[in-house]
Amino acid sequence: MHYNLGDMETLKAQKKKAEEKKAKRISGAEAIIHCLLAEGVDLIYGYPGGAIMPVYDELYKFQDKLTHVLTRHEQGATHAAQGYARVSGRVGVAMATSGPGATNLVTGLADAQIDSTPIVCITGQVPRHLLGSDAFQETDIVGISTPVTKWNYQITKASEIPEILAKAFYIAKSGRPGPVLIDITKNAQFDELDFHYGKCTGVRSYKPAPEPDLKAIEQAAELINKAERPYIVFGQGVILGEAEEQLKELVEKTGIPAAWTILGLSAMDTDHPLNVGMVGMHGNYGPNVLTNECDVLIAIGIRFDDRVTGNLDTYAKQAKVIHFEIDPAEIDKNVKVDVAVLGDAKKTLQLLLPLVNQNEHTAWRAEFDKKYEEEFATVIEKDIHPTKPGLTMGEVIEQINIASKHKAVIVTDVGQHQMIACRYAKFKQTKSNITSGGLGTMGFALPAAIGAKMGAMNREVVAIVGDGGYQMTIQELGVIFQHDVPVKIVVLNNDHLGMVRQWQELFFESRYASTVMTNPDFVKIAEGYHIQAKRVEKRKDLKDAVTEMMASKHPYFLEVRVEKEDNVFPMIPSGASVSDIRLK
Amino acid sequence: MEKQWFTISVYSENSVGLLNRISGIFLKRHINIESLNVSKSEIEHVSKFTIVVFTTEDWTRKIVQQIEKQIEVIKAFYHTDEETIYQESALFKIASGLLFDEPQIQNVIKESKSTIVTVNREFFVLAKTGRRHEIDEMHDDLEPFGIMQFVRSGRITVTKTKMPITEILEEFNLTD
Repeated sequence: MHYNLGDMETLKAQKKKAEEKKAKRISGAEAIIHCLLAEGVDLIYGYPGGAIMPVYDELYKFQDKLTHVLTRHEQGATHAAQGYARVSGRVGVAMATSGPGATNLVTGLADAQIDSTPIVCITGQVPRHLLGSDAFQETDIVGISTPVTKWNYQITKASEIPEILAKAFYIAKSGRPGPVLIDITKNAQFDELDFHYGKCTGVRSYKPAPEPDLKAIEQAAELINKAERPYIVFGQGVILGEAEEQLKELVEKTGIPAAWTILGLSAMDTDHPLNVGMVGMHGNYGPNVLTNECDVLIAIGIRFDDRVTGNLDTYAKQAKVIHFEIDPAEIDKNVKVDVAVLGDAKKTLQLLLPLVNQNEHTAWRAEFDKKYEEEFATVIEKDIHPTKPGLTMGEVIEQINIASKHKAVIVTDVGQHQMIACRYAKFKQTKSNITSGGLGTMGFALPAAIGAKMGAMNREVVAIVGDGGYQMTIQELGVIFQHDVPVKIVVLNNDHLGMVRQWQELFFESRYASTVMTNPDFVKIAEGYHIQAKRVEKRKDLKDAVTEMMASKHPYFLEVRVEKEDNVFPMIPSGASVSDIRLK
Repeated sequence: MEKQWFTISVYSENSVGLLNRISGIFLKRHINIESLNVSKSEIEHVSKFTIVVFTTEDWTRKIVQQIEKQIEVIKAFYHTDEETIYQESALFKIASGLLFDEPQIQNVIKESKSTIVTVNREFFVLAKTGRRHEIDEMHDDLEPFGIMQFVRSGRITVTKTKMPITEILEEFNLTD
């Protein structure tokens, strides 16, 4: 046989490729590292322990390629992985040992599940022969984590590692993202396997996203074109589907006012003239009230959470509802819809765009403006430009807006400060609002901010935390100190569990059961971790303090002593209609 | 919406832990599983869960949506009793002496169209396949004589309409 030179080169290349493809014999623990590297992972959060030690031994050897960040509690590892995932759009990775290490991941898994965040958690497990024997640090983490994971699996043989880990990353990231937990017995970490890694491109029984149905899109377009008072509510589906541009085009072409759910925040410039604000319990006045006055409600990537809808029996009953959604299980789950447009938001909106007519909806938009003016006079002005002596949370957020020029990533915890921050923080860029929306996990912000900063080193990351939630994961200051993670931490301290106190004031005749906190010296604590820290108690000092914090190249802690018994308004009392939102 | 009987059929991969995942969906909504059967299906390597619930159609539909969302589930359906052919099986263990002391038992065996699975000196076992009410009737007929042990299986069902699982699997393969 004769080959020309080109053929010879191809042949050589093929041979080389085949040799490379030939499996290497390595330990399961080393295989785990190679799988992570093959998935592009360069950063993981975790905590070592007995049943995961073989993997940590490999992490030691691969530390030039894979950074492991030792959080001070496994819950912190999950939230850091979530923050990283939310800001970067990549899969966050957390690792823990068996038993208590694994059970400490549960809150983060539940949070990631309800907020559709792609994370992969790897836990060590007792050796295969000890399973079910109540061995030291044995817990059935697969059983425990089942309701709070998109998928989970227990590996008991080293040979399963490449395929299962590939599947884990694929499932976590594809379709509607979510958390995946892989439990790996210690024998599978020690045993050897012939290592060959291939990325997962599909799972037989799993369809990540339905293909868009043109007919449904046409029906949606027809309703939108005929509508006189159409209204868009968008959620995190827009961010996860990277459909921000399509949403903007849709809004600008049709002139339809658009509001966001708390997780949809930052998908659209907060200063966009058609961005009318937030829906939900502490959302804006117009967006809530006018939900019950629109004629077509266009829901994009939202799941009609009860905090958004209030009483379902009185929610948008007058409107035709169109639901753009990737997850078929969300259709008609809470709100019965007239047109369901299944699929990835980017694809479906792209198909919708040419079918919708140019419009202005001037009179309808003016109704939102009118409601905003009412809300501004009654609530907003007093929140962000207060004249009373005590500092408000709103004015702190306003100062951060000014100093950050709307470019920062804002990470919030749960409670009053979260609602105030999400109401008033300004965003130009998507993936900038990181908060625990669905689960409402106090303690989320500090570790999530660490992950967010490490996932977007070129961006300013500000954690805004209440004095309650801060103390739930305060130990993660150790990570900030050890790795010099330049996050900015603002504790809005009112010496109360403010949101619960507010409910007690409004609905339990001011019986403040266990909501009054005697707090430590937060500045000293930060300084104990060698983090620059400052406390502000007076309005005149606020601006300079925020400016100094934002100018710092290092981690910075700022405690702001705010009014102790302020309430967040507007508010839809639990179970009430969106129309019955209270301005005071 | 009124509560009624629904049979949920789930076609899935045969994997450890899926039963836990599926039962959790019922648990989370405080809905009782009236009967459950897991077996192989008409398709190789595909398992079939047959779950019977007594609830509203709205809840059943939502449960089916959640089940179908699980990674290892290929497809889930729900049907009313009218839409399916369904059966249950039961075993009755009865003292052998009664066969001679209580001749009426022989009539019950004949009328119920049950079969004798085994007989020994101590006991004999009757097997009955049929609708729930037929098994209940037989149970009521035998109870006065004394039943040593009784067990009834979960409902098994085939639908009157076609189950397009093969097509769905082909579609999955195409999109992979």
